[in-house]
Amino acid sequence: MTRLGAAVLAIAGLAAITTPFFLKPFGIYLLSMWAVLTIAAIGLNLTLGYAGQVSLAQGAFVGIGAYTEALLTQTGVPFPLAFIAAGLLCFIIGWTLGYPALRVQHHYLAFVTLAFTTLVFLVLRNEQWLTNGIYGINGIMRPALLGWSTGKALNFYFFSLGTLVVLSLAVWWMLRSPWGRAFVALRENPIRAASLGLDTRRYTLMAFAIGSSLAGLSGALYAPLVQFIEPASFALNMSFNLLLMVIVGGSGYFFGPFVGALVAVLLPEWMRVAEGYYLIVYAGLVMVMMALCPSGILGLAERVAKAASPNGRAAPAFGAERTAP
Amino acid sequence: MASFIQLLISGLATGAIYALIAVGFTLLWQTSQTINFAQGEFVMLPAFFVLAAMNWGAPFWLAALIGVAASVVVLGILFKLIVVDPMLRYGVLPLVITTIALSLLLKESVKNFYSSQAQPFPTLVPDADIRVFGAAVSLQSLVVLAVAITTVVALHLWLNKTRTGRSMQATAQNPILARILGLPVQRMVLYTFVINAILVAIASILISPIYLAKFTNGETLGMAAFIAAIIGGFNQVRGAILGGFILGVLDNLSAAYLSSQYRDAFPLLILIAVILWRPQGLLGRVDERTV
Repeated sequence: MTRLGAAVLAIAGLAAITTPFFLKPFGIYLLSMWAVLTIAAIGLNLTLGYAGQVSLAQGAFVGIGAYTEALLTQTGVPFPLAFIAAGLLCFIIGWTLGYPALRVQHHYLAFVTLAFTTLVFLVLRNEQWLTNGIYGINGIMRPALLGWSTGKALNFYFFSLGTLVVLSLAVWWMLRSPWGRAFVALRENPIRAASLGLDTRRYTLMAFAIGSSLAGLSGALYAPLVQFIEPASFALNMSFNLLLMVIVGGSGYFFGPFVGALVAVLLPEWMRVAEGYYLIVYAGLVMVMMALCPSGILGLAERVAKAASPNGRAAPAFGAERTAP
Repeated sequence: MASFIQLLISGLATGAIYALIAVGFTLLWQTSQTINFAQGEFVMLPAFFVLAAMNWGAPFWLAALIGVAASVVVLGILFKLIVVDPMLRYGVLPLVITTIALSLLLKESVKNFYSSQAQPFPTLVPDADIRVFGAAVSLQSLVVLAVAITTVVALHLWLNKTRTGRSMQATAQNPILARILGLPVQRMVLYTFVINAILVAIASILISPIYLAKFTNGETLGMAAFIAAIIGGFNQVRGAILGGFILGVLDNLSAAYLSSQYRDAFPLLILIAVILWRPQGLLGRVDERTV
C-alpha cells in the first residue's frame, strides 16, 4: 500500500469512528446499515470481482442469515452461536448451489442464482409455520455481549463496525495467503490460472461459498439492526442493490464494496428531493457509469491518480494490485 | 379430461408467448453476446406505447401498429446504438449490469410517468368460449396461439429461405467468417435487434389483455424467457420455441394439479434440473471453449 492509500484509509477510519457522535439516531442507523451491507458486498466482491461470476443470490443469503439469527435467538440461542450458524448455513447452501451451477458456462450462474432468490422468497413467504409468512418477524432483540448491551443505536453501530473490521481483516488475510492468491489469479486470467494447474472450478466454488457465508453473517446483523424482517426485503431487489454496490464501488478492488455500499445507502437520502424518480436517476447513473468507467468509482480514482502521478505509473492504491483488463 | 384440455390449451397459448420472448432473447445472444436482462421489461413496455397511442385517439389497430413501430425504434435501434454498442468492447459482464439497470429504469419510468396501477388492455377478439372435445376453451387462447405460431413460422421461413435471413444465421454462427465472406455483419446484428423488438411488441399485445398492462409484468415474463431459452438450448431458435411451450404447459398443469402456492417454483426447479443434467439445453449443441 502506498503512502497516499494509507493516508486515505486512516482518514476514512477516523471518519467512521467520529462521525456518529455528530449524528441523530437515524443517521447512526444509516451508518450501521452501511457497515452491515458492506459485509455482504465484500462477500459478493469475492464472487464477482475475484471469481468473475455474476451472482443474484446475495440478497437471498442475507435473508437466510437474517431469518436464521432471528429464529434461533427467539428460541434462546445466544447471539454469537446464531451468528456463526447463519454464516455456516449460508456456506453450505452456497456450496450446494454453486456446485451444479459452476459446472457450466459463467452466465448460467446469474440465471441459477436469480432462480434461487425467487425460490428463497417463495419459501420464506409460504412456510408460515417457520417464518410467519408475509407478516414477517417482529421485535428482534439486539444482543448483549459480555454484559455490554447493543440496544442503543450508537452501541449497535460500533458493534457492526467492529464486526466489519474483523471480517474484512479476515478476508484481507485470506487474499494475501498463498491459497487466496489463487482468487487473484482467477480474476486476472482464469485461463492462464487453469493452465498453471489451478483447479479453477474448485476455487470459484470456494469464492462463491465464502461470499455466501459473508452474506449470511451480514444478515445475522441485519435482523437485530432493523428488528423486523419480512420476505419482501430479501427479494430480487436486494440482490440487485448489492450487485450494484460492488459494481459502483469497483469490483475486484478490496475497498470497492465499502465505497459502493456508502453510495447506495446515502444516495437515496440525499436524493429525497427526487422522490419517486430516485430509482430512475440511480439506474441512469449506473448505465452512464458502466459506459464510461466499468471499473467503478475506485477504478476512476485510480485512473485519476495515474494521470496525476509524475512518472505516469499507477500507484497500486486502494488495496488492489490490479492490472488493467 | 375436459379441464385437462382446457389447461393444456391455455398452457400452450402462454407457452407460445414465452416462446416469442425467448426466441428474441436467444437471437440477441447469438449475434451480439447480449444477455438482455431487460427482456421482460421489453415485453411490458410496448403495451404502454399502444395505450398511449389510444389515449391520443388512435383506434386499436393503428395504436397496435404505432406500438410495434415505437418498439422497433426504442427497443430495437436505440437500444443497440445507445446501450449495447458502447458497452460491447468491455465484454459480457458490464453489459449484463447495464441491462439490469435498464430494466429498473424502464420499470420505474412507466410507474412514474404512466401509472402504477394495472391498466385494462383491449382484447384482439371478443371474450367467448368455444367447445373443443367437450371442453370450453376461450377464443382468446386460440387466437393467441394462432398469432404466435404464425409469427414463429414466418420468422423461421424468413431466417431460412431469404438471403438476408441466411446472412443473419451466418453472422450468428461465426461473425468473423461472415465478415470475411463480405457480409455486412453490423447491419445483420441491427436486424436481430429489430426482430427482437417486433417479437416483444407482438408478445406484449398478446399477453397484456390477459395480465393487464402493469409496470411489474416484466419480472415474471423475463424470467420465463430465460428459463425457456435455457431449457430449449441457449444457442438454438428451435430450442427456445420448444422451451417456451414446455414451460407454458408445465406451469399451468403444475399450478392446477400440484400446488398453486409454489406455482412460481416449478419452472425454477426445471431450470436447475436442466442445468444439472443437460446444460446445453434439450436441443442445444455444446459450445467449444475458446481462449
